[in-house]
Amino acid sequence: MSRDISMRAEYAFWLLPVLAYFVFGENLALLSQIAITALFVLSLDLILGYAGIISLGHAAFFGLGAYAAGLLAKYGWGDPLLGLAAGALVAATAGFASSFLVLRGSDLTRLMVTLGVSLMLFEAANKLTDFTGGVDGLQGVEMQPLLGLFSFDLYSKTAYWYSLAVLFLLFWLARRLVRSPFGLSLRGIKQNVTRMPALGTPVHRRLVAIYSIGAAYAGVAGALLTQTTQFVSLDVMAFSRSAELLLILVLGGSGNLYGALIGTIVFMAAHHFLADINPQYWQFWLGAALVLVVLFARDGIMGMLRRLVTRGAQ
Amino acid sequence: MTVVFDGIASGLLLFLISVGLSVTLGLMNFVNLAHGAFAMFGGYVCVVLLNRLGVPFLATLPIVFLASALLGVLLERTLYRRLYGASHLDQVLFSIGLVFMSISTAHYFFGAQQQPLQLPPMLLGQFHLPGLDIGVYRLFLIVVGLAIAFALQWMLTGTRFGAQLRAAVDNPRAARGLGIDVDRIFVLTFALGSGLAGLGGALGVDMLGLDPGFPVKYIAYFLIVVAVGGSGSIKGSLIASLILGIGDVAGKYYIPQAGAFVIYAIMVLMLIVRPQGLFGRTAAK
Repeated sequence: MSRDISMRAEYAFWLLPVLAYFVFGENLALLSQIAITALFVLSLDLILGYAGIISLGHAAFFGLGAYAAGLLAKYGWGDPLLGLAAGALVAATAGFASSFLVLRGSDLTRLMVTLGVSLMLFEAANKLTDFTGGVDGLQGVEMQPLLGLFSFDLYSKTAYWYSLAVLFLLFWLARRLVRSPFGLSLRGIKQNVTRMPALGTPVHRRLVAIYSIGAAYAGVAGALLTQTTQFVSLDVMAFSRSAELLLILVLGGSGNLYGALIGTIVFMAAHHFLADINPQYWQFWLGAALVLVVLFARDGIMGMLRRLVTRGAQ
Repeated sequence: MTVVFDGIASGLLLFLISVGLSVTLGLMNFVNLAHGAFAMFGGYVCVVLLNRLGVPFLATLPIVFLASALLGVLLERTLYRRLYGASHLDQVLFSIGLVFMSISTAHYFFGAQQQPLQLPPMLLGQFHLPGLDIGVYRLFLIVVGLAIAFALQWMLTGTRFGAQLRAAVDNPRAARGLGIDVDRIFVLTFALGSGLAGLGGALGVDMLGLDPGFPVKYIAYFLIVVAVGGSGSIKGSLIASLILGIGDVAGKYYIPQAGAFVIYAIMVLMLIVRPQGLFGRTAAK
């Protein structure tokens, strides 16, 4: 019975973006941004929400994907799908390599190593001006039509359906992943890291795997952003992006894939309307929201929904 | 030589600001990323007193210390104490929230521009020795920094309060059982840390600058000091700050194109080789 309801809720949820296309037809650029950010939040949810790895520098992988796709397109390989693959590959490689550093220590060491690695990459992107354009951003990204058929238009129609399709596909993959034995073992590791080896789970290898997967997801999100905006700005790697990402995930409810999506929608909508009024106030309320969520609503929007549902069922 | 001297001065400045973080992070096991906000607060208090109310620079310093300490107490009592037992993730999110709020508050009251600070004439100028230019203000920083470092070391190891603090941190339950008021110790420690951060922020306006982005711009530096020095160790923080200060000044002087990259690389390497820091004691769990 409840399985039926949740299935129906899922179908209904994925009808929303289709509906949004017709209702908010003028805001497709914003809607694509939401889809991309949702994918990025999803990537953090995989490593933080499911595997419990704290990261303060997840934007590093987003940035790597963005630059990989951007540079590829700038030097002539403007095929979007190729760019996505490159973004995923570069980010996954970096994630795999850095996972050995990150997974060594305690939470605190992880925080500092992820922060340190992302700051290093940020500084590298900032200083390698010949390569990345530095503070001015990477210009001259020229995208070829998607699948050779749909070119990226001014109204972001292609960008929207493209981002949405990628998000849907990767979401579906992630959903399968977290429900597989692999995903269950990750939850086990998060809950009790000392007991899992006794059950025969190779803890370290599992964590390396999910960290690389999370990095690849972030890389794809970064590549998508580059391709839909045809520009890479330096702040794809900035610390504030990592911090904002954490906030969205916590707002939506970590350890829940739909939490990542709903958190993004709420956050981006609030950002869109409030930041228009005054960007400085926006940041203040952002901070206040973060403090309040931590103090009073630790399980985010999804947690509140779940409590409402259980109360309704009683 | 001048590079080393300037490096020592900026290292001691860094020490003043980060030693409070070393205590909260290392001893009280609280990840307070908003530590830089206290330093920024101190800087703004100093600038306001000096430029708008005409208080002499040296007289502002004790006021800055007290004001920042008071802010520390206020926040500790209302917010921080609720999260002492929380996970590191919660503490990180919470303090990032505070950072965002502090940035936009500073922006609202003072605007985005750098704040000017006119040092008193007695702290300006230089005197020259063979092969060494000594800025008077930098000498002043070194003297103040070292004095505070020794005072702290003495306080932690030589006084009753220091013994109580170490006991409260190592085993809060046993300390309570012995009649130590752990709550009060933590408040005082937090206040001391925030006060010193504020003081450091005020002293640093001249060298580090002061604008609303301050807490984010330097957070990595403060964390590096704690990470490299080993949390909770005064001696470690001091040495780490000096290494960082000299390394930073020398790096910017000799290889300006690498920027801060070198410092971040050192931090990551350091964490890999010795996660507990150079002089680390394990944090209380």
